[in-house]
Amino acid sequence: MQVYTSYSMPITIKLFASLRKDRFDEDTRVYTSGITGRRIVQDIGIPEKEIRLVFVNGRHASLEDLLADGDTLALFPPIGGG
Amino acid sequence: MGKLHDYLISRAKEGILSCSAEAEAASEFAVSFKDIEIAALEAEIVPSRYLRNRNTLSYTDQIVLLKSHVAIVGCGGLGGYIIEGLARLGIGKMTVIDPDSFEEHNLNRQILCTMDVLGKPKVEAARARIKTVNPAVEVAAIRDAFSQDNGRRMLMDVQVVLDGLDNIPVRIQLGEVCSALGIPLIHGSIGGWYGQITTQMPGQHTILEIYQNHSGDEGIEKALGNPAFSPALIASLQAAEACKVLIGTGNCLSRRMLFFNMLDMEMEILEL
Repeated sequence: MQVYTSYSMPITIKLFASLRKDRFDEDTRVYTSGITGRRIVQDIGIPEKEIRLVFVNGRHASLEDLLADGDTLALFPPIGGG
Repeated sequence: MGKLHDYLISRAKEGILSCSAEAEAASEFAVSFKDIEIAALEAEIVPSRYLRNRNTLSYTDQIVLLKSHVAIVGCGGLGGYIIEGLARLGIGKMTVIDPDSFEEHNLNRQILCTMDVLGKPKVEAARARIKTVNPAVEVAAIRDAFSQDNGRRMLMDVQVVLDGLDNIPVRIQLGEVCSALGIPLIHGSIGGWYGQITTQMPGQHTILEIYQNHSGDEGIEKALGNPAFSPALIASLQAAEACKVLIGTGNCLSRRMLFFNMLDMEMEILEL
């Protein structure tokens, strides 16, 4: 039987555009392994409907994706004007 | 066209054809400005209006642009600046699409919106502006809203589409119609100090992927509005993308999104 152990890992969170207001531009926080982007978004307190695009290490991703040690999570709001 | 060729050779000075010589040739030979310009460029004579494009665009590139047909969907903030840029660039045919007329709240950012056109259709202002800037550009003005149902007809024979829309559901429809027709789509959108741009090449569904499951018609622009400089910046980048896609040079933003944050002057390019 394989034994999984959880460990702490730093995740860098970058917020863009209006998501920065009253929050931060960039922050590194320590989370337990197995965490998803969605849990981090909840931890920061951003309503999910305010987020449109999610990137992990500069690549398009989903809030459901598991994050790895040292990952950078970047969050963008919807931009739709013309 | 032998006589026209000889005429252009005789009228060119140091390989340059003036606007007045073009007008005289168009009248004398009863051909369009576009055809005069193509004939001149084929004889390695540059119409003076394109002189400063030299070394950035070759004679061949300029001919390709003059033989191109692009559509601009939405003639407001982004669309107005796109139209301005592409008319000066020398795109041979533009189909401009918008159902709306100008309102006072367009004056803060829409280059086609001036006091004298308030209440007038945006596509008619676009047509008038294009003709004033560059009579070589053929214009098809469609005063109707783009949709999945009528989009295929609107985009017939178009080589590149530029997104100047102001709402997300129609953008998704535009993306899917362009994908089905195999037409590259240059997407741009703005909100407050922020803007984004990407290029959806044939076979891709980038617009659907970036907006799918979005609730509501709008994004952050609903709360932030749009100031003068945001459409000017993003539309210029869209015009540059269209130019590159048409002449096949450089690296376009296929599967990449460029984000601009003009508040903090930051730029990010991310992989889609």
